[in-house]
Amino acid sequence: MQLIFEKSREGIGCSILPPCDVDTVSLSDGQKRKESWNLPQIAEVDISRHYKELVKRVHGVNDGFYPLGSCTMKYNPQINEEAARLSGFTGIHPLQPENTVQGCLEVIKELETYLCEITGMDGMTMQPAAGAHGEFTGLLLIKAYLMAKGETNRTKIIVPDSAHGTNPASASMAGFDIVNVPSNEEGCVDLEALKNAVGEDTAGLMLTNPNTVGIFDKNILEITTIIHEAGGLCYYDGANLNAVMGIVRPGDMGFDVIHLNLHKTFSTPHGGGGPGAGTVGCKEFLKPFLPNDYVEEGEDGLTFVKPANTIGRVKEFYGNFLVAVKALAYIKTLGKEGIPEASTNAVLNANYMRVCLKDTYDMAYEGICMHEFVMTLEKLHHDKDVSALDVAKMLLDNGIHPPTMYFPLIVHEALMIEPTETESKATLDHAVEVFKNIYQTAMEDPESLHQCPKTTPVGRLDEVKAARKPILKYEA
Amino acid sequence: MGSYVPSTADERKEMLNAIGLASMEDLFSDVPSNVKLEDLDLPSGKSELTVASEMEELADKNVVFKSIFRGAGAYNHYIPAIVKSVTSKEEFVTAYTPYQAEVSQGILQSIFEYQTMICELTGMDVSNASVYDGASAAAEAVAMCRDRKRTKAVISATTHPQVIETVKTYCMGAGTECIIVPAKDGKTDMDALGTLLEDKSVACFYVQQPNFYGQMEECEELGQLVHDNGAKFIMGCNPIALAVMKTPKECGADIAVGEGQPLGMPMAFGGPYLGYMAASKALMRKLPGRIVGQTEDVHGQRAFVLTLQAREQHIRREKASSNICSNQALCALTASAYMTAMGKTGMEDAATQCHSKACYLAGELTKIEGIDLVYTGEYFHEFVTTCPGNPDQLLKALEKEGILGGYPIEQGILWCTTEKNTKAQIDALVEAVRRAVACN
Repeated sequence: MQLIFEKSREGIGCSILPPCDVDTVSLSDGQKRKESWNLPQIAEVDISRHYKELVKRVHGVNDGFYPLGSCTMKYNPQINEEAARLSGFTGIHPLQPENTVQGCLEVIKELETYLCEITGMDGMTMQPAAGAHGEFTGLLLIKAYLMAKGETNRTKIIVPDSAHGTNPASASMAGFDIVNVPSNEEGCVDLEALKNAVGEDTAGLMLTNPNTVGIFDKNILEITTIIHEAGGLCYYDGANLNAVMGIVRPGDMGFDVIHLNLHKTFSTPHGGGGPGAGTVGCKEFLKPFLPNDYVEEGEDGLTFVKPANTIGRVKEFYGNFLVAVKALAYIKTLGKEGIPEASTNAVLNANYMRVCLKDTYDMAYEGICMHEFVMTLEKLHHDKDVSALDVAKMLLDNGIHPPTMYFPLIVHEALMIEPTETESKATLDHAVEVFKNIYQTAMEDPESLHQCPKTTPVGRLDEVKAARKPILKYEA
Repeated sequence: MGSYVPSTADERKEMLNAIGLASMEDLFSDVPSNVKLEDLDLPSGKSELTVASEMEELADKNVVFKSIFRGAGAYNHYIPAIVKSVTSKEEFVTAYTPYQAEVSQGILQSIFEYQTMICELTGMDVSNASVYDGASAAAEAVAMCRDRKRTKAVISATTHPQVIETVKTYCMGAGTECIIVPAKDGKTDMDALGTLLEDKSVACFYVQQPNFYGQMEECEELGQLVHDNGAKFIMGCNPIALAVMKTPKECGADIAVGEGQPLGMPMAFGGPYLGYMAASKALMRKLPGRIVGQTEDVHGQRAFVLTLQAREQHIRREKASSNICSNQALCALTASAYMTAMGKTGMEDAATQCHSKACYLAGELTKIEGIDLVYTGEYFHEFVTTCPGNPDQLLKALEKEGILGGYPIEQGILWCTTEKNTKAQIDALVEAVRRAVACN
């Protein structure tokens, strides 16, 4: 397919602006742009068709099953989108006087109240724009708190080897050293290893629970106690909160600070990789450190305040506000009954698929899983030279977006499946059948899997070439 | 109550049976019973109609100004209709990061096109797929420059205060010392900068163009001074202004970043916005975040893929160049649809109109006694004036007439115009200011 630049024709364009109705003024010669540049010159009809052509080459949640583990690709309700399109939200300047933005402040405050209730936290900031941004923010809260207490010797963050790559990367950006702790055979935290890892230099622990292999760590209270007794704080990576909303709260499990991915758990769309929202929550004792512009009840309604010992700011203004609007509409819709119902069914769907597939594929871990499960294709790879990647590519030919591949790193040839609660039994049954057919094909004609995908707009890509000789922009 | 779970009670029972469990509670047997939640204290779920009305009520509690003369980091530009049509397409909206390239070519190609447009706009060699916003882009750019020997970052006091605050927060994490160069007559004090740069542990200097006060900085000279001292030069540029002003490339910048909101994103109370980020080829492998590259598929067709991933957190973990995972893909798509719809001449026109209207407004406002320009240098579409009397009173008076006036800052009032402000609107503003000043 052509690039939009290749469709450009000299002299064509859209008519958008009226003529300037005041005398036109140019910048002085010293400030003026001399360098020539190009943008596509295209009629509106062809812009429309270009993006229509592009959109046909995208698999979204609305196109079919999307069991991408750890990403919670649930359905994105339309009412949320409609709410976020209201001009009373989109047309508001972020620096308007507070008396003219009470609706926006109420969105932030109401959402904070609900999210605190769901997570067992005491305060939240909507400022971080994504999960990793939230991790960074949460870790800075820990850092600022320890510095305020004079415990500057606490420089180490403990991260299990099953953690998302963002965890150690965020801790490193926040200036911490990383201590990796191995998982035990059940994929959970090895308590002995953890006890050996903590000490006077422990700043905290970053953990997801359920963890990245989809198992609820039943030793969670012991884990958080070990950290607290060593003088560290516990950070909850909310990537997997969709399993336990309304069932158990991070705040009650001993976590002091968390981030939530509103674009996973709270149904806001991912936009092809953003904008998301990495809302950060904390316990009361960390609230004075929250980022600048915290919403509080004032004398004349809601008002922004600067927390006493704020870490500062991780972004302009108040975060991806329209994402917060969508999440609020979602929680209002589900309410106290719908929130636990969503999690329960997410776990039900995952276990149903797991049970349907466990006699065909090897599960990385036995027993009940939470909202996702991990299969290992190590044997298939060894016996038939069919890898997790090959299975993923054949799924594409069946209209199913593949699960997360090769993660977590502690499982070889991993496929991590997260169906979410918004898929019907019929969809799950169909997916199970497809997975079984692929296995059958792998047994009978393994070579054919290497040719997949065959029905997608392009075939497998040469990624090595892309990295070795990078072409990162169009040049005529 | 609302629910998006599409299975019937019978089907759920059937699934439970298949799993071999008696009840839904059994799914959570690993959760310690003493912390299981008894009661979730939320309002009951509501119907779609009720939620729609409640959200409308919230939106109605805000005041939507028709006449806006405030910028300071968020700008009220016209958004072509085609842009909204493109960015509301469900596939673009609901997809995840394009990990599976074969079914993500639409997103990957759109990002490749975006990267190309950002390079055209800034003159730089390479662009990433975007970051969260202009402030975090500035902070990430500073992090790119820091190395073992050069551990300090210098930033101009003429930068947007929230960008300074963001850079400082990031620096606090990394242990980078952040030094502010003072302003002189509304621009970076070049002598003070020269002195600071004598310290060879300075990694970089960041300047905003046009700066927070709307003033045009002498960026070519700044760039020269920075490079003479062996540091990196980062420019944070307004993307509309870039259509007509000297590019970061022309000024010798190593990294160009900025707030992309003016490229088709609504003001939306501060977000989602877009951080654009481009660099010289030498710094390509230090860029944070996603980058899309061109390659071929097995049939030899041109295709696009996430590339240079060896920089990233999922491979490098604690040694990654940044922790960035999500970018602002849909906002990058918005920016490219905007730049395409406007075209080069349309963007130049928008920039010239912004600038011309600011000149007209400044001319008219300063005819009022007690209102003068605080800085005498060249400005783009924002400028600071003095205010006779209490600025809050003046702005309150404008608010009553449905006008969002300039942004009150320590030095006076920071006014802004865009192509959306008609001459009639500007004249009405000036009249309203005149009346308010007379009453003061």
